[in-house]
Amino acid sequence: MKKRLTLRKVWTVFSRQFWVVGATLIVFFPIYFMLTSSFKTQAEYTVNKFGLPLKFYLDNFNTALAGDKFFLRFANSTILTVGAVGVSLIIACLAAFAFARMTFPGKRFLFNLILSLMVIPPVVMVVPLFISMVSWQLVNTYQGTILIYTGLLLPFSIYLMTNFFQTIPHEIIEAARMDGCSTLDVFWRIMLPLAAPAVITLVVVNALWVWNELLIALVFMQKDDLKTLMVGISALRSRNYVNIPATMAGLTIATIPIVIVYLIGQRYFIRGMISGAVK
Amino acid sequence: MRTTKSEPFFFLAPALIVILIVFGYPIYSLVVLSLQRTSNGKTLFAGFSNFQIVFQDDVFIQAIQHNLILLICVPIMVVVALFLAILLFERIAGWQFYRTTLFLPYLLPITVVGLVFSYIFQLSGVLNDILNALGLQFLALDWLGNTNLALPTMMFVIIWKELGFGVVLFLARLMSVEEELFDAAKIDGANWWQLQLNITLPQLSTVIEFFTVISIVTMLSWVFNYVYVMTGGGPGGATTVTELYIYLMAFQYNRLSLAAAVSVLLLLVVGVFIFLELYLRDRSSVMEGLG
Repeated sequence: MKKRLTLRKVWTVFSRQFWVVGATLIVFFPIYFMLTSSFKTQAEYTVNKFGLPLKFYLDNFNTALAGDKFFLRFANSTILTVGAVGVSLIIACLAAFAFARMTFPGKRFLFNLILSLMVIPPVVMVVPLFISMVSWQLVNTYQGTILIYTGLLLPFSIYLMTNFFQTIPHEIIEAARMDGCSTLDVFWRIMLPLAAPAVITLVVVNALWVWNELLIALVFMQKDDLKTLMVGISALRSRNYVNIPATMAGLTIATIPIVIVYLIGQRYFIRGMISGAVK
Repeated sequence: MRTTKSEPFFFLAPALIVILIVFGYPIYSLVVLSLQRTSNGKTLFAGFSNFQIVFQDDVFIQAIQHNLILLICVPIMVVVALFLAILLFERIAGWQFYRTTLFLPYLLPITVVGLVFSYIFQLSGVLNDILNALGLQFLALDWLGNTNLALPTMMFVIIWKELGFGVVLFLARLMSVEEELFDAAKIDGANWWQLQLNITLPQLSTVIEFFTVISIVTMLSWVFNYVYVMTGGGPGGATTVTELYIYLMAFQYNRLSLAAAVSVLLLLVVGVFIFLELYLRDRSSVMEGLG
């Protein structure tokens, strides 16, 4: 009897692990393929696509970095990411403070309206935005693209910060008011420092979004010197078709920063990504 | 908090201005544009003729059909994510590690993911090499080059990338359920299936709804990157979707009014889901504190 029970236990553990391990292997395979291929010569890749590289061939990374203005693209992506994340953070915190701690007519309606913008796909706005941006001469400029990204980031940012500001006790604010703080003082000296964890979450999630974005970058940064990393990468397929290992090396370089940031700031990522649904 | 009457608007103004520029004005001019046509450089009112033209375009009809086919991903994602989340919730050995890895694809750029998969699924790619080595030559197909296979292959990639979000979402919700609920059911002698059906599912219902709505919106209007990077809509239009149609109409064929008409249609469809989503959200009282 005892033995049968343990056998059953083993079977339960095994059958459960089986599914999860299977899913993990499927998740890892493309990443494994990308990494190993980027260390193979072209000749080795054609005969050995699956196995580990015989020896680590690093020239692919040179090819990837030298080709297609890699550093320029990297810099463009960085400028857009830092600009849009920074500007949207400040604007969103100001608005969220008003939503969380002030009363004014139409608050709930306005908040709902901004929330609903979260689901609107950017592709819908691309055509009219492009026409406007052309007439304002903002196509192919950092400012113009940062403006668009800022707008697209705002709904989620305002939502997340409003939720967080609401958790800060009224008493703290009232005490500060008693001590003669102005509204701006309360915002700047009390709310923002207390909101640090939420701000980190927001920065991480938003930065990732801008870094990975393709459509807006494709349309509004068309000049070759202004293209972002993702736009450059999306062109690799047709251009570098023959040299797959070098392409993989380029993809690896573009992905590694994200994976490192993820592994370090895991809980911030997960918290931010699910904050729309679970509180 | 006590404030003067004008103070809230001082705090809201920057956000409202940017939102008006990026959302408000474009949506207004989108509607105007969709009702116009240009002939000989003159802009004329066209009524709904742009919409009529679009609906007579087979490419557009096909694009819609492909978006609808993509919806098949939604139930698959919900069920698989639910299953994996429940396994992790039962604290199988290494569940934290699995949570980390299963969420990873969700963070990777679609551009990178799409490109890597397009090499995996090449006719002479690694998948077919493996299948050949296993003696399964008959399965070694041109996954992205065959008109019947390209869309299902793309669906696999979309699920691969988006599934982790569901797993983490469901798991987070499950972990906030009071343990006593599960313990009580176990004491009452509920078996595994009864436990999931009577405790887990009802507890998860709001997040399942949320994830379903979000996934539907994704399949209808957030798949441009996958298509653009992996197939460009090919082979022979087998993977064209509404977003790609808008993009090509506007920036390749320069038919801005037609692109605008399709955008308006897409906006209307998404609008329905936005209301649904807000309704569900309201009911789950996320915003109770707002007053």
